[in-house]
Amino acid sequence: MLNDFLYLMNAELLITIIIFILLFLKLSNEEWKNEGLLNFINLLLFINLAAGFFYIPNGNLFGNMFRANELLTFEKNLLNLGTLIISLQSYDWLKNHKHVPEFYMLLLSTLLGMFFMISSNNLLMFYLGLELSTIPLAALSNFDLDKRRSSEAAFKMIMSSAFSSGLLLFGISMLYGATGTLDFSGIKAHLNGNSFQVFSFILLLAGFGFKISAVPFHLWTADVYEGSPVAVTSYFSVISKGAVLFVMVSVFYNVFTPLANSWYNMIFLIAVATMIIGNLFALRQQNMKRFLAFSSIAQIGFILVGMSAQSTAGSSSVIFFILIYIFSNLGAFGVISLVSAIAGKENMDDYKGFYKTNPVLSWALAISLFSLAGIPPLAGFFGKFFLLFAGAGKGNYSLIVIAALNMVVSLYYYLKVIKIMFMDANEHPIEKIKTHWQPKIAMAICVGGIIMTGIASGAYNYIHSLLK
Amino acid sequence: MNLSLLVILPLLTAVAIIPLKGAQSVRVISLISSSLQLLLAFALLYFYWKERSAGNTDSMLFESNYRWYAPLHINYHVGVDGISIAMILLTSFVVLAGVLISWNVEKLSKEFFFLLLFLSLGAYGFFISLDLFTLFFFLEIAVIPKFLLIGIWGSGKKEYSAMKLALMLMAGSALVFVGLIGLYLNTNTGNGQHTFDILQIAQMNIPLSAQKFFFPFAFVGFGIFGALFPFHTWVPDGHSSAPTAASMFLAGISMKLGGYGCLRVATFLMPEAAHQYSWIIIVLASVAILYGAFATMMQTDLKYINAYSSVSHCGFVLLGIGMLTKTAITGAVMQMVSHGLMTALFFACIGMIYDRTHTRQLSQLGGLLKIMPFISTVFVIAGLCSLGLPGFSGFVAEVTVFMGGWQNADNFYRIATIIACASIVVTAVYILRAVGKAIMGPLANSDHSLLADAKWNERSAAALLIIGIIAIGIAPFWLNDLLTPATEIIVNKISAIVK
Repeated sequence: MLNDFLYLMNAELLITIIIFILLFLKLSNEEWKNEGLLNFINLLLFINLAAGFFYIPNGNLFGNMFRANELLTFEKNLLNLGTLIISLQSYDWLKNHKHVPEFYMLLLSTLLGMFFMISSNNLLMFYLGLELSTIPLAALSNFDLDKRRSSEAAFKMIMSSAFSSGLLLFGISMLYGATGTLDFSGIKAHLNGNSFQVFSFILLLAGFGFKISAVPFHLWTADVYEGSPVAVTSYFSVISKGAVLFVMVSVFYNVFTPLANSWYNMIFLIAVATMIIGNLFALRQQNMKRFLAFSSIAQIGFILVGMSAQSTAGSSSVIFFILIYIFSNLGAFGVISLVSAIAGKENMDDYKGFYKTNPVLSWALAISLFSLAGIPPLAGFFGKFFLLFAGAGKGNYSLIVIAALNMVVSLYYYLKVIKIMFMDANEHPIEKIKTHWQPKIAMAICVGGIIMTGIASGAYNYIHSLLK
Repeated sequence: MNLSLLVILPLLTAVAIIPLKGAQSVRVISLISSSLQLLLAFALLYFYWKERSAGNTDSMLFESNYRWYAPLHINYHVGVDGISIAMILLTSFVVLAGVLISWNVEKLSKEFFFLLLFLSLGAYGFFISLDLFTLFFFLEIAVIPKFLLIGIWGSGKKEYSAMKLALMLMAGSALVFVGLIGLYLNTNTGNGQHTFDILQIAQMNIPLSAQKFFFPFAFVGFGIFGALFPFHTWVPDGHSSAPTAASMFLAGISMKLGGYGCLRVATFLMPEAAHQYSWIIIVLASVAILYGAFATMMQTDLKYINAYSSVSHCGFVLLGIGMLTKTAITGAVMQMVSHGLMTALFFACIGMIYDRTHTRQLSQLGGLLKIMPFISTVFVIAGLCSLGLPGFSGFVAEVTVFMGGWQNADNFYRIATIIACASIVVTAVYILRAVGKAIMGPLANSDHSLLADAKWNERSAAALLIIGIIAIGIAPFWLNDLLTPATEIIVNKISAIVK
């Protein structure tokens, strides 16, 4: 039993150990310098990431409440990778912050919650993980302690997520009433598609929709993204959404299969609305963070197109896209976070003439945005192509036509940023940004990932083999 | 011969110039690379003839096929036939001429050549692809460099033109994307498996209803690249705002991606739909030919003249494809090659004139023959080729299209052919007017009398393109022999199904 506990929960235990190390660091009387502290934490996070590749657990724990297998380990590794990248990127921001250990304790707690959520095999465990991942996030979005917008963001975040948790919990309890069990496999056996079950499923879907900010549950996103520190915003948009999407794929594909017809229609509508509304709002944004917030809403729409496929191609394209999305979106956020931390500018117009002073960063941002727009040979092209390709497998071509046209609309606003950086003249462009080597490493990982993940087919084939 | 070299060479060069410092080394490396590309293209032609004369009758030669995304049946599958070789030759000519002509680009020259090389990579890859996914991949690779080339190095309302071009071409590729996916899902290689492989799909019978639904997506999508009326509006703006080399690439190579795609993907893989819709294609192409020609008459900017005349000339390509006879399709491909060379030469000339006089307005130009005899002569040659004078490539291509069109016994096709023929008169009017105003006559601006004639790089670029034009013009049989086996396969497939 103890051996099982140690082996199957190795990823979770490692994170818990890191949290405790940070706690002891904080409690000791020593005054730690931020630079040294950050180096040490990033080293720990790197070890945490590397360790994930060494031992791949497989089995169940706690009476089938918790499960571990190769796919889940892969997903956890992706989240670890994203967390490490964000941590490296926020070096310049955290360097001058008073509460570095607290930041990481909260960050890792959410990560831990996500791990439990991904590994859950039971609605109760799932809900526990979800809450563990949500509440520290609200505290994190308040981490620009002297900014009012940051507190506002945190408040909006906690209110909306409390509401969505309420919906989710309501759905879970109704589902429990309908099926008499909280265990995933038990639920599946009792589902027959009657309207009560569909209703409780809608509530669950609404809860999921809030977390991934799908339209019409997206209204909190832009304000929270804009108010939070950039590091937290990127964490919201990539890691937190990615984790929920992982769970969605596994739950929708493996548990709610008896309701497949009804959830297909729901996902179809949500996907179309999310793509269109996300795109239309992104067209008019002037703040880089808000811009990326709405563009990430539109990206969720594309992901839902892939999810609607109800085939192995569908689930593998979603997971593959999240991998690419980690690189692309974090690449974009990385540049924005550097500019915001060092030059203190976040508006699009401030980026005019950026290429003159910061050619390397401009190319990094351009490559990330091109990847988000789905331009080959970058990974985003493959990700988007496979999502739509999987979505077409059902023979619903209207969805694909809408999605393809939305890709053109989204290209417009990504190109607008490129135009501002490369083509517009500016008397006072942002000055040359000098940064530490750690953000540089993070950018290199992102750009390298963006260039390689698509052209080398290994990642997709690996994911596909895990899902078979 | 390994076809992937055509993709690897520009890629390696593009990567190699990233760390370089100083414009000179970047130029020299790009020049070496583009010369090697030309050599490769000729080597390909040589080996192709060698194989063919040795009795190899495979439809595609030098094939190689690697698994890429096995679960999705996506392969990296390349191979060439006569049509692809003609397009590859065209690309290599235009790339070398483009690199030569941009020798003096001072602003961000490293980025400029990087994007040029990247664009050529996309074009080569597109022409050698035998897998729909790979083809689409390379098609899209060739879009964004154009956006940056026009937006950063362009002139006039460059941001607007760049954005318009990028969005319209992206919309085109979105349509192509839907068409390709629809095609894929209607293939069957046994036990419900699908394929992207062009050669395999060509062997299958795609259901007629699917063909009729997806043919418009694929054809219009590629058609946007090839200036299909009414989706040609990016052409004038894009061409006129682009820097010289980008205009050459755009008109010489990129628009040919569209024509090639219409032929290789839409028509070849969905022949029944092509046959049923051919009247629409012919109507649109005829409108483009006439409309383009008349619109050109009204232009006063040299680049706009050439851009609108490109709309007209590319109409011949689509007309030839729509006629669906062997001669007409051969003529369409000839027209692609001929127009590519000719329009690249034209844009090169206009660029040279603009660099010196800083104007492209006909009213401010005149008498250039006296002060820059070389550039003016080249301009006249390009003009004569454009209006279809025998001895130049334009004549050969257009006559072949007309003859192929006339071979259809139906009156509808013949009327369309006559209309297209008539446009040549209009072409003569605008070309001769432009030549007369800009080149002949008295010197319009006395400041121009001090300007210098073409430099070595400009001379060699022009000479290169003129050699291509004349080689096709006086000895069209080699191009014809190159293309005929390939077009025969396409036409046989159509006629087999129609009967």
